[in-house]
Amino acid sequence: MELSGAKILIESLKQEGVEYVFGVNGGAAMPIFDALYDHPDVKLIMMRHEQGASHAADGYARATGEVGVTLATSGPGATNLVTGIATAFMDSIPMVAITGQVYTHLMGNDAFQECDVIGVTRPVCKHSYLIKSGDEVADVIAEAFHIASTGRPGPVVVDFAKDAQIHESLFRYPEKVNIRSYKPKVEGHPRQIAKAVELIHNAERPILYAGGGVTLANASEELRELAIKTGIPITVTLMGLGAFPETHPLAMEMPGMHGSCCANYAFTDSDLVVAIGARFDDRVTGDLTKFAPNAKKIHIDIDASCIGKNVPVDVPIVGDAKRVLAEMNKLVHRVDIEPWMRQINEWKEQYPFEYNQKGDNIMPQYVIEQIYDLYSDAIVVGDVGQHQMWAAQYFKFTEPRQWLNSGGLGTMGFSLPAAIGAQLGCPDKTVVNINGDGSYIMTIQELVPAITMKLPLKIFIINNMYLGMVRQWQELFHQKRYAGVDYHDNPDFAQLADAFGATGIRVERIEDVRPALEKAKGIDDGPVVIDFIVDEEENVFPMVPAGAGLGDVIRGLA
Amino acid sequence: MEHIISVLVENKSGVLARVAGLFSARGYNIESLSVAPTPDSSISMITVVTSGDEDIIEQIMKQLNKVIEVLKVVDLTEEDHIDRETALIKILAKQAHRDEAMRIAQIFRANIVDSTPQTYTLEVSGDAGKIQAVINLLKPMGIKEIVRTGRIAIARESL
Repeated sequence: MELSGAKILIESLKQEGVEYVFGVNGGAAMPIFDALYDHPDVKLIMMRHEQGASHAADGYARATGEVGVTLATSGPGATNLVTGIATAFMDSIPMVAITGQVYTHLMGNDAFQECDVIGVTRPVCKHSYLIKSGDEVADVIAEAFHIASTGRPGPVVVDFAKDAQIHESLFRYPEKVNIRSYKPKVEGHPRQIAKAVELIHNAERPILYAGGGVTLANASEELRELAIKTGIPITVTLMGLGAFPETHPLAMEMPGMHGSCCANYAFTDSDLVVAIGARFDDRVTGDLTKFAPNAKKIHIDIDASCIGKNVPVDVPIVGDAKRVLAEMNKLVHRVDIEPWMRQINEWKEQYPFEYNQKGDNIMPQYVIEQIYDLYSDAIVVGDVGQHQMWAAQYFKFTEPRQWLNSGGLGTMGFSLPAAIGAQLGCPDKTVVNINGDGSYIMTIQELVPAITMKLPLKIFIINNMYLGMVRQWQELFHQKRYAGVDYHDNPDFAQLADAFGATGIRVERIEDVRPALEKAKGIDDGPVVIDFIVDEEENVFPMVPAGAGLGDVIRGLA
Repeated sequence: MEHIISVLVENKSGVLARVAGLFSARGYNIESLSVAPTPDSSISMITVVTSGDEDIIEQIMKQLNKVIEVLKVVDLTEEDHIDRETALIKILAKQAHRDEAMRIAQIFRANIVDSTPQTYTLEVSGDAGKIQAVINLLKPMGIKEIVRTGRIAIARESL
């Protein structure tokens, strides 16, 4: 049967099992939106800014493990997607971003709303395609989904010329995808695995260091088995939180710049670091010359270029975390590390996350603690800044894909649209958005689709009237020169929510915090926004300042 | 240290831009670049000369392998290889220098491909060392213009 390129696109998306396309319409994409208009299976989710559309597709992908799909028009529509594409790229999220493009005969002509999307997105996507003819569509989509979801996942850009969208051709969806130049390595080398196991069995002060890659590989079961079988203490990074339950006795909590002292001291004193799906990022390692100076390193990762990039590795294992851990679990046994565990537990007891109550002010950490108490099973989507760090510290995650945040790029405005995507992907779960006043206002327009779709999102703003994290650095390192961080002119977010058509609640007193959160639980006909007015100059501690080693962590409390 | 890396890629539009972009994005230097199709017209060969210490070169190799359209990456510096480039050198060749210029051409098996009463243009091929030697010898005469190709290299076969 002969179909237009646009129709073939939607039918191809259906073949890939796509339920939702998050997009904003425009001239060069009109045929695609027309094809979506009355499609029985693939549904358009109409967002209000293309950045929001890309973050929504991203949030959907993070929550479900499926490929997220976003759609925009040419020119400014495409450039508005770039932040979302780069966000997904930095965190290795499977996503396909489709952009309309001007007619092929106008390309390169500075046409209306024309932009070299392939050129602009080249450094921030895993791969990209330009479709110039309707008969290329099915193969491109099949390849795009394959590339986005295999190996180290990532966003794939598909630029779709308007005449190709109209051009009719026979629709045939390829049964298999075979890209001769792309064959990701998934099986770890058995000799390397054996070497790693030997090191593990002989270590006296080992630690497990797991990151976002464990969740991407759906390897949280295998990770748990490894930790529990060996009895080795484990630290999970910001991107991996929930892959191992934070409440378990072996859990040391998040490492790094705002991580737990226990995890940071453990790195510094360890004699073996087993890294799984983590990339020794600068936020975790601190000064590399002082990082884990006495430890041998085992590094399990699907991306060979991550191994040995920042830190010399003794046993590199290139492969899929799920498969490698499964093989390892067949070989490992319990390790006798009594004295080390005693030290770990001492650190845990001596240096928990803690804060001081300042007068009658609502402390942001208190709000997080109450959210955790009332919503411990929820999917939590954090934005970027101080509130993100407090959420990571005080909410104890126990399941993978429970905590969603932009860690690599640190994109403010990510969380509200991402929460929309997460809610659509997981309709039976409660979705909590922990947001900041700086981040919230960047993508606030996405409240509109949330309200239209009656999504029962719980949007909790930790409002300190500042661009908090930057203000903290200015206080600690720049003599309190508060340049460009004063957000006291914020609107009343509760009133603003009401104007949008959501439920808005303003909380200014400590005794109102918990009742407001309880009230929010009962609201299920749409989003509820709670604006928590918190202490303005509270800082995130512990902190490993830039240039310091993990062992020099500042605990912060007077 | 200088490394000469050959990258076998799908002959598709945008691949060279991706490879070049990879270098510039990460701050690696491209000292020379050459690209042409292989006998299989669906596959092209890109030859890059870059420099860096062992760790940098290892990263470059790994990053190149990650590019979807890259089929194979070989660091030819690691093995026995032959490398060549071609230079077209336009020299000022007035009466006094004409004989000397021709002698140099003969010694280096260069061809004189253009001649005017004031200039000669020499075409010379060889490894980097030879090209530099010719240029050094011709400098005193006065070089008007030099145009060079990128370096290409091929592994030597073991017996």
